[in-house]
Amino acid sequence: MEQYEKLYLYKRIVRAKLFIDDHYAENIDIDNIADQASFSKYHFIRLFKSIYGKTPHNYLIKVRIDKAKLLLSADVSVLETSMAIGFDSPTSFTAVFKKLVRKTPSEFQKDAKTRNAAINRNPFLFVPNCYAETNGWIK
Amino acid sequence: MITKITHTCIYVLNQDSAYDFYVNKLGFKVHTDAPMGEGARWLTVTPPEQPELEITLFLIAEGAMFNKETVSTMTALIKKGTFGAAVFTCKDLLATYEELKAKGVVFKKPPTKEFYGMEALFADDSGNWFSLSQANS
Repeated sequence: MEQYEKLYLYKRIVRAKLFIDDHYAENIDIDNIADQASFSKYHFIRLFKSIYGKTPHNYLIKVRIDKAKLLLSADVSVLETSMAIGFDSPTSFTAVFKKLVRKTPSEFQKDAKTRNAAINRNPFLFVPNCYAETNGWIK
Repeated sequence: MITKITHTCIYVLNQDSAYDFYVNKLGFKVHTDAPMGEGARWLTVTPPEQPELEITLFLIAEGAMFNKETVSTMTALIKKGTFGAAVFTCKDLLATYEELKAKGVVFKKPPTKEFYGMEALFADDSGNWFSLSQANS
């Protein structure tokens, strides 16, 4: 394939991926994204997977779960998190989260809370001593 | 015996701007973001598939480590693009290039065929430059 054609094809797939990144909380229709990228649905899925290693649907799930981790770490409730990232119910969210992260959203949030508290209590536990000393943060 | 590297350091001119660049544009994950008192901040990020490698986004600022003259010298050198801080790798350079460009990352060299694969060069928000490569399959 000519270099120019290849770049044009990449632009279309990347645009679709960025659309998913920006609209992950909405009810995204993969058919619609494929149309907008001017591909047939199956061609789009195949190309997307060849570039990103995941189908568009699985990539969307990954984006949602990554966002969920940020929200849970910021102490947003499991219910609010599930709604904020586009899941129909906290039950389905919990099932998907646990499958991908190997712990429930509540367990993840508890661990994040514990870590955040440790950082606030004594940030030096997380800073190599050489940096803390040379910065004058400790004597 | 030394087994691995756990921390490396990139000197940056502004940590808020560096956070936006490395986390929101490059897609790195925040490992530790800790206030250290008196406005100081310990900020480390990790590449998506290397959660054990902390990249310290180290602020060039006057203090115990850098005096005023050193800050001025380092700032000028960084802005000039003196420092090539790392080589990053990706699975698909053309796709990554298009995405990073769409997010406003400035490339110094577009994807170019090399004997080992393909390489592009980009700069961060401070001026540090990086190689981004995709190896031949």
